[in-house]
Formats: sequence, C-alpha cells, structure tokens
Amino acid sequence: MQSGLVFDIQRYCLHDGPGIRTTVFLKGCPLRCAWCHNPEGIDDSPDILRNAARCVDCGNCRSVCPAVLMAGAPAGAGPLASENQAEKELSRCVRCGACTEACPAEARRLVGRSMTVAEVLREIMHDRLFHDGSGGGATVSGGEPFMQVPFLLGLLEACRSREIHTAVDTSGYVRQQDLLAAARLVDLFLYDVKTLDDDCHRRYTGVSNRLILDNLHALGQAHENIWVRVPLIPGVNDDPAGLEAVVRLAASVGGVRQVHLLPYHATGEAKYDRLGRKHADGFSPPAESAHQKVAGLQDLGLPVFIGG
Amino acid sequence: MTPRITRLREESLCASPSISHERASLLTDFYRANDGLFSTAVMRARSFLHLCEHKTLYLGAGELIVGERGPRPKAVPTYPELTCHSEQDLQILNSRPKTSYAVSEECLQVYRDKIIPYWRGRSMRDKIFAAVAPEWKDAYEAGIFTEFMEQRAPGHTVLDGKLYRRGLLDFQEQIDRATDALDFLNDPEAWSKREQLRAMRISCDAVMRFAERHAALALEQAAGEPDPVRKAELTKIAAVCARVPAHAPRDFHEALQDYWFCHLAVITELNGWDSLSPGHLDQHLLPYYERGLADGSLTQESARELLQAFFVKFNNHTAPPKVGVTAEESGTYTDFANINLAGLLADGSDGSNDVSYLLLEVIDEMHLLQPSSNLQLSRKTPEALLKKTLRVVRKGYGFPSIFNADAVVSEQLRQGKTLEDARAGGCSGCVETGAFGKEAFILTGYFNLVKVLELALHDGIDPRTGKRLGPPTGRAESLAGFDDLMAAFRGQLHHFLNVKLRGNHLIEQMYAAQMPAPFLSVLIDDCIDKGKDYNAGGARYNNSYVQFVGIGSLTDSLAALRKLVYEKQLLSLADFIGVLDADYAGREELRQRVLHKTPKYGNDDDEADVLMTQAFTACFEELDGRPNSKGGCYRVEMLPTTCHVYFGSVTGAMPDGRKAGLPLSEGISPVQGADRHGPTAVVRSAAKMDQLKTGGALLNMKFTPDLLHDEKGIEHLAQLVRAYFKMDGHHMQFNVVQADTLRKAQACPDAYRDLIVRVAGYSDYFCDLSSQLQDEIIARTEHGELAATL
Repeated sequence: MQSGLVFDIQRYCLHDGPGIRTTVFLKGCPLRCAWCHNPEGIDDSPDILRNAARCVDCGNCRSVCPAVLMAGAPAGAGPLASENQAEKELSRCVRCGACTEACPAEARRLVGRSMTVAEVLREIMHDRLFHDGSGGGATVSGGEPFMQVPFLLGLLEACRSREIHTAVDTSGYVRQQDLLAAARLVDLFLYDVKTLDDDCHRRYTGVSNRLILDNLHALGQAHENIWVRVPLIPGVNDDPAGLEAVVRLAASVGGVRQVHLLPYHATGEAKYDRLGRKHADGFSPPAESAHQKVAGLQDLGLPVFIGG
Repeated sequence: MTPRITRLREESLCASPSISHERASLLTDFYRANDGLFSTAVMRARSFLHLCEHKTLYLGAGELIVGERGPRPKAVPTYPELTCHSEQDLQILNSRPKTSYAVSEECLQVYRDKIIPYWRGRSMRDKIFAAVAPEWKDAYEAGIFTEFMEQRAPGHTVLDGKLYRRGLLDFQEQIDRATDALDFLNDPEAWSKREQLRAMRISCDAVMRFAERHAALALEQAAGEPDPVRKAELTKIAAVCARVPAHAPRDFHEALQDYWFCHLAVITELNGWDSLSPGHLDQHLLPYYERGLADGSLTQESARELLQAFFVKFNNHTAPPKVGVTAEESGTYTDFANINLAGLLADGSDGSNDVSYLLLEVIDEMHLLQPSSNLQLSRKTPEALLKKTLRVVRKGYGFPSIFNADAVVSEQLRQGKTLEDARAGGCSGCVETGAFGKEAFILTGYFNLVKVLELALHDGIDPRTGKRLGPPTGRAESLAGFDDLMAAFRGQLHHFLNVKLRGNHLIEQMYAAQMPAPFLSVLIDDCIDKGKDYNAGGARYNNSYVQFVGIGSLTDSLAALRKLVYEKQLLSLADFIGVLDADYAGREELRQRVLHKTPKYGNDDDEADVLMTQAFTACFEELDGRPNSKGGCYRVEMLPTTCHVYFGSVTGAMPDGRKAGLPLSEGISPVQGADRHGPTAVVRSAAKMDQLKTGGALLNMKFTPDLLHDEKGIEHLAQLVRAYFKMDGHHMQFNVVQADTLRKAQACPDAYRDLIVRVAGYSDYFCDLSSQLQDEIIARTEHGELAATL
C-alpha cells in the first residue's frame, strides 16, 4: 500500500473547489514563495512546530531529546538555561519528534506523518455525507502534491473507486508526464499562476515560470476543468496589467473554466516563528479591495472570482 | 415596520420587569373566603374565574392584539399557591444584578400582611420540600439533580389546530356530553370525573368572561377616541373579543386573538414550565391568510403588522421570577414560547407555506427574545426555506433553531404515538419533542452526569462536603480495570435516578391531587373525554423527561481516565483522584496532558465517541420506559438550559482537565474548545448518539460571521444541517458571532445591550447572562474560516 507524508487533513473546507471538501495536505514543495502561508508544507520531511505560549516549562522535551544529550547538557535537564544553549540544541535537531510525544501541552507538534492511502481514504469517507449533499469531495493540496506522485495517484484512484469528486491544487511546477498521468483521475485542477513576469516569478518563488506555463497549456489540451488561481500579493503581482495578462492567458487555454483571485492574508506568519524560520518581510494588506480589482477583469472571456 | 409596531416594539423592549402582587392578592382573597367549600378542581376553576373577573385589564395605545397577564407589560404576577416568595426572596429579586424584578414597597407590604401568612406552608413548594425523602433532599442539595415542579407547575405543552376549529362554547358542549355519558353506577371514578368536568366548564366561562371584559374596554375606549382611524380599530378589537374565544375564529385577526386569549388563560391559571406555545402557527394561520387575501379583507402587509403586534405580546411576558436553584438552572427572563415553522402535515406532506416565509421575515424584523422560533426541517422542506432561515441565523440572534422534523416523528413513533399525531407534533420550549395538543410532556429536572462520576470516583461520598450520598461502589484501589470504573459509574447513576424517580412520583401525585389545571385540560386531548385533569394523566400521551447534563465533560473524563490510568498507567486512579481533590494544584503538566493528549468527544474520534455512546446507553437503559404516575413513561432528554453552569459550580475538578467549579459541557455539544476538527467532525461525533431514542438532544455550534458572509457560506451550512439530519441528528442551533465581540460586550455592556446570543435552547441578551455563562459561551469553539490554500 502506498504511503505518503501528510501534514494536515482539514474538514469542512469551503474554498478548495466546489461544495464542502476534505482537503489533504501533502508535504514538500519545489517553490519557495515569499508569501507562503503553509511554510510547514515546504520541506519533504517532518517539521516540528513550537508554540512558546503553550509551554509549561516542565522540561519533558529536553529530557527525551537526543540533540540535548549531544549538546552536552545533562540528561533529564529541566527548562533551558539560556537562549544560546537553545540555539545550539536547535541546530542539532534531527526532527525525530520525541519531544512532541513528551510535551504534555502541545507546545511542540510534529507536522508530517506517514499515512497509507487507505488511512487517508478512511478519513475522507467520514465526510462522505457532507460531500454528497453539497457537491463537494476531496482536494489534494500541499506543499505540492506532485512531489509525491505514486501516493497522489494511489489516493486519486482510491477516491475514484468510491466516486468521490477529486480536486488537485498544484503549483504546476511538476513533471509534465506526471501531470498528464493524473489528469484522468482528477475532476478539477486548481492551478496556481503567480505571475507571467518571469523575473518577478524567479525573485519571489525561486523558480522560473516557464515550466508552469508550458504545463498549463499541455494540461489544457488534456483536461476539461481547470480553475486558475492567482494569489494576490500586494506590490508583487496585483497590478492591473499583470492580472489582466494572467486572465487573458487563462482564457486562451482550452480547459480553463474560471479564474480565482486569492487575497493575501498574513495568517501564516506565526507559523514561521513556530518553525524557527524567518519569513520575508510582511506584505501589507492591499490598498484597494479585491472586489475593485475584479471589476476590471470581467469580460476577458472567463468568469473571475475572489476567493476559492 | 409600521410606526405603530416600531413604537410597540420599543415600549416592550424598554419596559423593565416588575412584580405585580395583584394575582396573588386576588387569589388569596378568594381562597380565604371559600376555603373548604368546593372540590379541589372546582376550587381551582372558581379561583381562576375570580381572577378573570377582577384582574386589571390593559389595552395600550395602538395595540391590535390585546390582553396582558399582569396589569401592564412586563408586570409579572406571582403564584403563591406554587411558590410563596418570602420577603427575602422578593428583596433578592429586586436587587440582584442579573434578571432582577422591581418589587415595590407596597408589594412587600401586601406579601407581608396577606400573602405570606396565608400561603406559607400551603404552597406546593413548601409541601414538596416537607414531603420528600431525606435522600432526595441530600442529592438535590448536592446538585445531583434539580426539580422542575418545586417552583412551577407541570405544563410544558403546545397547542394544536383544534383551537381554530372550535370555540370554547363548543368545548363546553363536549364537556356536557362527557358529563352526560358518565356512568355513576359502574364507573367508581365517575363522581371525581364530574368534578373535573365541572371545573373545566367553569374555566371556559372564566376565559370567555375575560374576553368579554376586553370587548367592553375596547368599546369604552372607542367611545372616547377622537381619532377616527383608532376608533375604528378599537371597534374592530371589541368585535374580535366578543367573538373569540367563545366561537371559532373566522379571520386572521380573530385567529391570533383567539390563541392569545388561550395563551394568557393558561399562563394565568398556573405557572407551568415553559409558558405555552402555539405550535405550527404557519399551518394554523394559512386558511385565514389565504381567505383574507382572496376576499380582500387582508393584505400581506396587514397580516405582517398583526403578526408583529402578536409577537410584541409574547415579548411583554417575562417569565415569572425564579429563586434559588431554579433560578440557577434557568436564569433568564425568557419564558420559552417557541413557534414551529414548516414541518409536516398529518398526512405526511410538506407543512411549509406562504405564512412560513412571512413569519420568518417577522422573526427577522422583530428579533425579540420572545417568542422564540424554530424551523422544523423535513426531507420535504424546500431548500429555499432552509436558506431563508439561515439568512436570519446569520444575523446572529441565535434563532431560529433548526429541528429534524423526520427524526421528531421517529422519536414519537418509538414512544408509541400514532403516525398522524407524531407528524402534527413538533418541538416546544428548548428542544422537547411532543404531540401538540395531545400530550403532557413534562420535564422533571436536570441530572448532573459529571457529579455522578465524581461520586463514583469517591465511593459514593461527595468530596465537597464529605457526606455519603450514594452507595459504596468501590474505592479507587478496587477499581482495577476500566470496566470496574464504568460499573461504579453505572451503580451511582442507577441509585440517583431511583432517588429522583421516587421523588417524581410523589410530586406528580401531589400535583394530580392538589393542583389541577382545568383550563389547560380543556385544550389538551383527551382530558375531557377521560374526565381527567392534565396533571393527573388526562392527556392522550404522558411522557416525562429527565434532562441529562454534561455528557461531553463525562465522556472526556472517562477517556482521560482510560488513557492515562488504565492504558498508559501513567498514574494510579487513587493518585489521579488525589490530583482532582487538590484541583490540579502543582500538577499543571498533568492537566495539560489531559487537555492535549487524551481523546476528546467532538472530533469524530471513536476512541472518545464510543465512551459517549456507552454513557448515553447507560442513561437510556436506566431511565427509558420506566413508568411515571400518569400512565406514561420516563424518557431521556439531553438538554441543559443554563444548568451546566450551576452543576459545574457544585462539581469538583474532573479528569477531563476542567478545574473545580467551572461550567460543564452543555447539551450534547463537546466540551468548550475541545472540538478542533471543524463542524463536520462535531456533527459526526454527535450523531453517534442514537438520538431517536431521546425526546430531544441539543447541539450548539458557534460560527464566525465570515463563514456565512456570502450565499456560498449559507449553502454549505444548509448542507451541513442536512447531512446531520440524515444521520438522525435532532437539533442544531447557531451562534454567529466573534468571540472578540463578546469580550467587548463584557467590557462595555452598555454599548452591547441589544446583543443577542444563543444559550442552550433559547436566546438571551448577552448582558443579562451571568458572567460565568458569558465566559462559557466565549469558550465554545468558534468555527471560522480555515485558512489553508493560498
């Protein structure tokens, strides 16, 4: 049985495709978007989220941590003696998760657990009644789902066997043959296009958009139901001309049915701190509302919506 | 809203509750003068006639629907025959910070001189407390259960459609036929039946007299009225009051006034728990609505205004004041009148109609605490009506709540009712299922499941007082396996339900013998035909309920014990109990482990949910089907009102991480904040309870407004409700508010006086709630936008 690294399964998702959806988040992403609000989905190995506000200073985490022992602290040591020591210990963290097990208060949480297709399907099936009534289903998101191709295909096939509507949320930065192989198992693609400006794309995501756009054209030939999604990042890609170009491109691709603009929000920022990572300087909330932006984008051949 | 309604609504909102001694005074006069002259039933009926003859009438400027229980809006009468307030009680009512009632010096004087001297020792409350067994009293005082009938009478029922087909004169004919049919030779109860029927007949006279007096008052006002428009209205009011309730109503206005007189009569005769409810008002009013529109005597707007005037009357009727434990279990001005929308017709077809939609608009525009409202949602109810309901819910008033009409039918069929009676039934008060117009469905008291576990953990001794209350079911050391613990819990549950039921039988029989309700008996089938009072088993169906409280807290406590003591053996049961007795002092780490690392009900996690179903099954097996003293049975209800706060205050720290004194979980909702996997997980967990075996199970959900801001949000919520009901869920209600808003309201109540929230089965002004209850509502999990996939 295929297994994959899953970092969350969220229920009652209303913005990842039609109806009430169960969204499965797969770990690992080839992009490094500066605005990423699921930073715990980037690495393709488990992460440890630390929430200092919940810490009750019991010291359990350190007493079970192999890195602490390696850093030279006595075994069973209590709360940290100094911040310097904390840094030293963190740098040796091997993300084994022992501390997350030991922590009573969920101040430490292991993100990313290995699950089989059958286990994920069972969770999805719990919400079957909600999917049926609302025209919803399962969405596979990430990270980038295509980082775990065999698992993704296995999961999609399993959903098909139970007639669960499937959506895949992809960055498009994937091998074209994988994308096309999945197409027959997917009812809806949520396909992210950040910007057509390749320099900008490289600067903010770390990769070129060439492959992404090529894949979009290829997928458009092979699939009938694609929604292009554009994260609206203030000062990066929210200029009217750039947005119009994205919508026009989307309209030129056969299988694209809708465009969705996803307004930037800052809910991911706290997660960077909890991961012990730095995040790019915050993007200020947009000056004009997304609704105003949308007004200029209608009549380009595709319906444009705000939100998922 | 017309200027008239705006003004009447405003007057109703601004009137502050006060105590009126008039009813108590008139009643005392009558009892003093007539003591011993009549049978109990006839004495009750004649005293009721005396009230209807002599009480001060009120007909306010601009009113269309007339009649008040007190001398003016929100002037609340008292019922010394049920509970005789002491001077101290009245002083507390006057001065308590929440849900206070103004008590005048004159009122105190009348109580001191006349009412207390006569009723002290004669009131039902005094007699009940004198008669119950010591074990009952101990359990009551420890907060294991409460007793509904110690301050208010049984009542708790809803009217059906017969009121609109027949006037009181027709009912009197039926009474006469029943009297004529009595067989004084072969039926040894015939003489007592004759007395009951006599009393019923007199009570009809009383209500007709009450209406006639209003007709006369309206004519008198009309004579002196300079404004020709108002003069015409008053003349019409006089004509309406001369017609109903003696005769069946002929038009929309008469139908509303007819119900209103009967409503006032029932709540004047006795102070029954849950005032009274009109039931399927949309179904009852439809013929009048259609006929009025067709013959031009009614427009949609005039119908709307009449309904709004009708709503104001409900809101004018603050619940009679409660004291002591009863004030704790139901600390509110709300008197639980509840209007059912849609549902089914007796033939099984969809019961929704044009009036349902109109009523929803009235509910939205008026957004008054009373009457409350609910949608009876069946598989056949149009999606449009559900969505229109949810658009009102979105406003955040907490109403209408939504019931599963198909489940309500199944529940009643299981109780042995006919299919037609079940379909014509619905829900009253908070969430209680009943056959409208045909059933005495009596709530008898709340039952503290968490306290029962606390006693099981302490071998039957209440750790709060050190007093032995329950049987010894095993010291911690002897509860070697989890099954032993469950057996101890079951043993305590069995014992205290027995104590409760023994008390119930006594109290039910005291009411049957001493406190009949002849007018209510006229309105409920088959009291007339049986010649038997409502309180003595006259109704066609007689289900009594015990309302279990805290199943979420109980489940999480059991789950934590199973996980930490019996599976992981992290500490012994005795040690854990020591930690609880010390209220987790110095053991925050353990408390955190319990909070975060043990299974919690409400997350669709079978590890916890299976314990919920075991606990529920224990309650069901211990109670369901046991006989009450009216020929009916006891049934399970899962409803807290505000009792989870009181029960929490008498219950020590529990293994679910809850510290001593804090509120328990309410209804069948998860422990506040313990559900972390979204609303579908909550309803999946809740639906694992076989709710068709209850007579009502209350599920509260809190949503942030952003989740419902657009039509898509409404559609998805509609599907959430539909899916829950496909799984046989009974009821769902919603708070749509940000916790932040509630915190602001706590800080600056003056700026949030009109903020309405859902408590449990009813809505209330947030600022009128106790601060503990306010905190409890804030702590409930808020289902909001799950930020995910940018």
